[in-house]
Amino acid sequence: MHHPDEAASTTLLLIGIGNPDCGDDGAGAEVVRRVAAAAPDGIRTSILSGEAAKLIDAWTGAERVVVVDAASSGSPPGTIRCFDANAGPLPASHERRSTHGLGLAEAIELARNLDLLPSRLTVYAIEAAETSVGSRISPAVADAVRRLGDELAGVAEPGHI
Amino acid sequence: MAERRNGNSRHLKVDVLARVEGEGGMQVRMKDGRVSQVRLNIFEPPRFFEAMLRGRDFTETPDITARICGICPVAYQMSACHAMEMACGTNVDGPLRELRRLLYCGEWIESHALHVFMLHAPDFLGYESAIHMSAEHPEVVKTALRLKHVGNEVMNVLGGRAVHPINVRVGGFYRLPSKEALAALVPQLEWARQACVDSIPLLRSFEYPDFEQDYELVALSHPDEYPMNEGRLVSNKGLDIDIADYDAHFEEIHLEHSNALHSRLRERGPYFVGPLARFSLNFDQLSPLAQQAAAAAGLDGECRNPFKSILVRTVELVYACDEALRILDTCDVSGPASVPVEPRRGVGHGCTEAPRGILYHRYEIDERGDIVNAEIIPPTSQNQAQIEEDLRAFVEQYQTLGKDELTWKCEQAIRNYDPCISCATHFLKLDIVEA
Repeated sequence: MHHPDEAASTTLLLIGIGNPDCGDDGAGAEVVRRVAAAAPDGIRTSILSGEAAKLIDAWTGAERVVVVDAASSGSPPGTIRCFDANAGPLPASHERRSTHGLGLAEAIELARNLDLLPSRLTVYAIEAAETSVGSRISPAVADAVRRLGDELAGVAEPGHI
Repeated sequence: MAERRNGNSRHLKVDVLARVEGEGGMQVRMKDGRVSQVRLNIFEPPRFFEAMLRGRDFTETPDITARICGICPVAYQMSACHAMEMACGTNVDGPLRELRRLLYCGEWIESHALHVFMLHAPDFLGYESAIHMSAEHPEVVKTALRLKHVGNEVMNVLGGRAVHPINVRVGGFYRLPSKEALAALVPQLEWARQACVDSIPLLRSFEYPDFEQDYELVALSHPDEYPMNEGRLVSNKGLDIDIADYDAHFEEIHLEHSNALHSRLRERGPYFVGPLARFSLNFDQLSPLAQQAAAAAGLDGECRNPFKSILVRTVELVYACDEALRILDTCDVSGPASVPVEPRRGVGHGCTEAPRGILYHRYEIDERGDIVNAEIIPPTSQNQAQIEEDLRAFVEQYQTLGKDELTWKCEQAIRNYDPCISCATHFLKLDIVEA
């Protein structure tokens, strides 16, 4: 899978969401670490917990933003899905319980209503298998992290994800 | 949300509460116009923190206990530090005490801004969530996000990061912020203080249920300041104790329907902690500007309507900004970042005012500083019994309302307390038998 926006050379803000101490939940953060290690030109990186206010803070002022997060939608573990957040809300399966901690889906809708959405916001969701505290990243998700990280860093040719 | 009617019986149920931290539900059963059962069901799983602390070094407590909550980690750090310093016979005073108070202001700002504008205001304006509210009230939500950002910045500068700060240690801080970093907070806090004052007319215009109870309000009280880190525990019904006597006056009990323990005053039962209690017991210690804000909000120094906690939190927001600016104007960061703390066998108590109310810690350590026993009692478990009492009284008073409105109001009655369910379920009493 390849998203044409990511091939452009202008500065891109890459945000990874997740807790590396919770197995596959840390997939987004791992992708960002992989990209940061490759130090590609034109990409700024940030790792966040996923709390809505901080996400909006982080992307305010940025034009092109890619967010990578773990997902739980019933797809096979390691499945990578891509969403154009400017086109509409994330699917309901990517929302979580409405608690104090508003998450990515809520951040996108809040930002849309407040006119704080970047002009291009792409979300990559990596289907998680194991997210309990202390677990390790599962093989299928580790492979997805590698593929997505390499493509976003420009290491791999488009179409390898 | 569901309601079942069977003859003169009525059953209100919310499976999963929205706009609270953690996972809980609610059940209210009525028969012949009387409430027969109220349950705040907390099914967030227990998290074993007290058992986890045993055997750890006393210096680890601020970092371990901060992980109990992402909303009020500073409260855990402060209660832990004070308890360990008491156990070791150390007192942190002067500029370090002021900087701790500044850090706590950051947490109050962040937490109260989130609750007032994003979690509680939708109840009064008739929206399911802040997201729904943001379409028609974008300025309210923008203000909330910016206020939260200011609170985060205070925590970043003092704590190293906004969530689970890493710069707090027993004895003070690992590193003090630069004067420049502190100075940069001033214009942000000045904006925040004014934004909170400006929000009061809107908040006052909300429709508040006519609901007051004869609460026992419990908060810290300090002769020189509005309470955050230190003070005696007092109530409006005569309690006035040293925090070291907490266990002699309060008890925790386990009820089957909740993974969080219920706290009670041994002699008098449920009690109420949090902004209403702090405000009502310490009004005279608020800054003049915060007292003016209270007057503008229609509060006269005592508030026993929990629905008006949104107003009290806003007054505390004004105070926290005001107090932070006072500290920034006077604090000295030229000295050491911490004072030495040497372990010794002993018991220490810490009780500080988390945004949601008093957070009590008690630790027993051995001569090497290893933790022998830990006790942590968060505000939400202290308020749990009172929340159920509120639901009981509220449903009886408003039973003529239709299903949807009554259930909505009951959820609101719970959110009045800004419950932090993840905090409340951090404990499980474990007896570990050594082989």
